[in-house]
This record gives sequence, structure tokens and C-alpha cells, in this order.
Amino acid sequence: MSCKNRDISLKIDGAPSLEELKAVNMLPSVEELTKKACVCIECIEEIPCNPCETSCPQEALTVGSPITNLPVIDREKCTVCGLCIAACPGLAITIKSVEGSTAKIRFPWEYLPFPVAGEKVEMVDRTGEALCPGVILSVVNPARNNKTAVVTAEFPKEFVEEIISIRRKYGTL
Amino acid sequence: MDKNNKPAIVVGAGPAGLCAAIELKKAGAPVILIDENSKPGGQLFKQIHKFFGSREHKAGVRGFDIGKELLKESLDLGMDVRLSTEVVGIQKGLKVWAVENRARSYTIDAGAIIIATGATENALSFPGWTLPGVMTAGCAQTLINVHRVLPGRRVLMIGSGNVGVIVAYQLMQAGAQVAAVVEAAPRLGGYGVHTAKVRRAGVSFRTSTTVVRAEGKDGVERAVIAKVDERFKPIPGTEETLEVDTICIAVGLTPSIELASLAGCRMTYIPELGGNMPAHDEYMRSSVESVYVVGDIAGVEEASSAMEEGRLAGVHAAWSMGFLSDAQLKSKADETVQRLLSLRQGVFGQKRFLAKKRIVEQGAGK
Repeated sequence: MSCKNRDISLKIDGAPSLEELKAVNMLPSVEELTKKACVCIECIEEIPCNPCETSCPQEALTVGSPITNLPVIDREKCTVCGLCIAACPGLAITIKSVEGSTAKIRFPWEYLPFPVAGEKVEMVDRTGEALCPGVILSVVNPARNNKTAVVTAEFPKEFVEEIISIRRKYGTL
Repeated sequence: MDKNNKPAIVVGAGPAGLCAAIELKKAGAPVILIDENSKPGGQLFKQIHKFFGSREHKAGVRGFDIGKELLKESLDLGMDVRLSTEVVGIQKGLKVWAVENRARSYTIDAGAIIIATGATENALSFPGWTLPGVMTAGCAQTLINVHRVLPGRRVLMIGSGNVGVIVAYQLMQAGAQVAAVVEAAPRLGGYGVHTAKVRRAGVSFRTSTTVVRAEGKDGVERAVIAKVDERFKPIPGTEETLEVDTICIAVGLTPSIELASLAGCRMTYIPELGGNMPAHDEYMRSSVESVYVVGDIAGVEEASSAMEEGRLAGVHAAWSMGFLSDAQLKSKADETVQRLLSLRQGVFGQKRFLAKKRIVEQGAGK
């Protein structure tokens, strides 16, 4: 359910479009997200990188050889533990789910100040445009994340395919 | 084989030089690691992002932590590291001329020389480019990540290669806004995951666009950008003014070849990897006997491949000095070559792989 129809693409606009992501069969459908939480990997370019694979305790994520393969997720094996979110150096992995009229996203965050649980935020799409309000549910940053916090937020479900992060606060220094 | 007890001299303590020196030292060879800066590590300590690659390439580890690990390894091995020391000449017979603290001058007879002097950022000149606030992306990265100084509040980034997009991201992490990233080519250069994380912060990318001029009284107050035609000429009437106080230039790097040139290394021209550079063979040997070139001087890539090139030259130099057996050389070199190959695959790696192949073809005919 796309909220807007804008001409974006990875090598021109900087962000991948939903069509580009769907073309490589990386994203779960909204139906799948309604059944269970799913890892969403937005890594559509062949770069030499596999920390997602080595981070996965369930061996649900496969890059294999050559190391430039795109990652493949086995949703049967995946327990949505979320270790891959902070492990991905490209900040390209989120976990999304839909329950009733609400969607949830777990995403990586490397800006100060960190959001705090209960905070009202603006949810943004892949181009940074604020599409809807959201609420922060949790922020975790254990040592193994190596300084990449993992934030969980909820927002209205109709935006679940577009939302990727929250708006950063400026002028805080 | 008799051991050569003259020290191997490694010039430049960045990722390539550190790894070369570590491999030599581990093999038991005498090594002196020289760097003109007061601190070792080259550019590693300003790399605050997580590296790509595999576990063997230290993927997921942030650059400055890789720097710390390499420094610790060097110190634990008892490395002779000479900082604030410039190598100003390499003469025939592997004589290295060094100047310490710009005061004491001496020469060392080397058993092998590994040149790891890196690369220099390219400049871009346009009206207003001398105004305070115009700087290279590497300069801005040093200011924010090493000196903790924010060069400006609102930044225009020129160039969408990995350096441009990574520094744009890090400027935002440091508290700045990025007004736009402009790219003269019709397509963005950097990794898509890097552009995507910058884009989701609301930064606009402008392809087929260049900076026309910087305006301001005592420093940058505005930047004028314009679309370019297929010959990269600005198209009249497409100008747009951005309110920025900082303009960062990330338009590529050129190998720092001065010492290799003094040493008499034969040069080759490989535009995809930065221009003129010394040709080298599959073990990173230049055309001059016992002189190796590693890292960005041997073709601009990134820190992961620089480290592997350093290791490759280090083990080969240790072997040539009599500190490793033929079998040890083969097994260590084979492992390193495999790791290098894995970094040069895929859409980005293939171009570098082919360019490196051309360098080796040039270097093999010495």
C-alpha cells in the first residue's frame, strides 16, 4: 500500500524505491508483516560485506560465497532477535510488524541525542520526509551493538511499507 | 638463505604501512616504521563508521578501533616506530634519508623499503573557493572526528563517492545539517547503503550538478549550484542558491607518489584508481628491486584492501630478506590474495579488480 508515488531510485535519488526493493524480492508483504514480525533488508547492491550473516545465531541469513552476494533471509529460521540490525555496517536492516491498526519498526540509530521511550516523534520515509507521527517504545544500546542503538517505534499501519526511520533533531549542540 | 639484517623501512604508518610492518616483525625481520605525523594510524582514527567486508577484514569494527588494534599489535611486537620523522629521499642502494622533528637528519641502509605514503585529496577550483569554509571532505572529517570541531552548521558536499557520503553522514552525526550532496556524473558514486542512510535523513542528492561559485563576505554564506550538460559544463538558467556556511570537496584522491618517484619506480597511469602511480607486480613489488608500494599509493581503494596489500608486501619482503621459507611465503601470500580478491568483487569491486590487473601487467614486465 504505497502512500505516494514518487520517482525515486538508488543511484539517482540516493534511496532505493519500493519497486527496486521488491524487484530483488527482499521485502516481506504487508500480509506477511501482519502474520509475524519480519526482518527487512534494504541491501540491493553487490558490495563485499557479510556481517549480517556472521551475526545471525540462527543461521537464517545467508550471503555465502562470493561475499558480494545479496543477503537472503530464511523467515522460517529467523526468530527476529534483531542482532543483524546493529551488525549491518550499512544500517540497511529493520524489523517491521503489523498488529491491528498499528505498525512497529525496529531500526538502527547513530545520532545524538538518542530518542527516549514514550517520546513522540515524526516517522520518515526513505527520502527523509515525515509521513506520520509515531511513539518510541524502546531504545537499546548494549555493548555488542558497538555504538549503534536499536530503536523501536510504533505508528499507523498504512505507512508500514514506506517508513524507515525517525526525523533527526537539529540544532541540539 | 642468509638473513639480511639491514632493517626493512616502512614509510607511512597508515593501515597499509602498519600491516606491512606487523608482518615483517612477526616473521622476525628487523623493521623501522616511519611516519611524518606525531601519531600513527594514517586516516584510520577519523573513520568512525563500521567497516564492510568479512570478519577477516574486520567488518563491523569501527575504523578507529581497527587503528587501536593495529597499534597495540605493533607495540606488543616491540616495533621501532619513528614519529614526526619525514622520509625526504630514497637513493640508489636502498638508502633512506630521514629527517626527525625537522632537526636531525640521518640515512639508513635498508634491506627492503615499503612505501605506504597514501594519497592526497583532489582540489576543485571555482569562484570563491578560497573563502574560509571551503575545504576538502577529509579536512572536515579530521576536524569533527579527531579535533571535535564542527566546521560549520550547514554544509554542501561536492561529490557522491563513498568519501563524500560517509563524511556527509558523519557531519550530521557531529551536529551539522547537510543541505545537499551534488554529483557531476549522472549517477551517484558511493555505496547505495551509504547514500540511503544520508537520504533518509532528508538530504537531497543532485546528480548532473556542480558547484558554480561560493559567495560570502568573510567566509562562505551561500553556494550556487547548477545542472551540467554531458560535457560537465554548467547549463545557464539552472542555477540554484543554497544557504550554506561550509562547502566540502570530495572529488577523488591522487596517489602520493613523490618518494616512489625519487626511488626511480616506473609509473603507470590508471585513471580509475587516481592517476599516476608506481606499477607493481602481484607481490606489490615496484620496478625497483626490493622497493614495494602498498595502499593508496598503489591505486586508491579503501582501508580494507590497503591492509591486505600491506600484509602481502610484508610477507614477501620478510621472505626476500630470508626470514620466511618458500612454503611460509606461499601459504601467507595465498591467504592474503584470497582476502584481497573477495574485496574486489561485485559491481564496485570489478572495476577496481580490472584496474589493479592492469597495474600488475605493467609491473610484471620489469
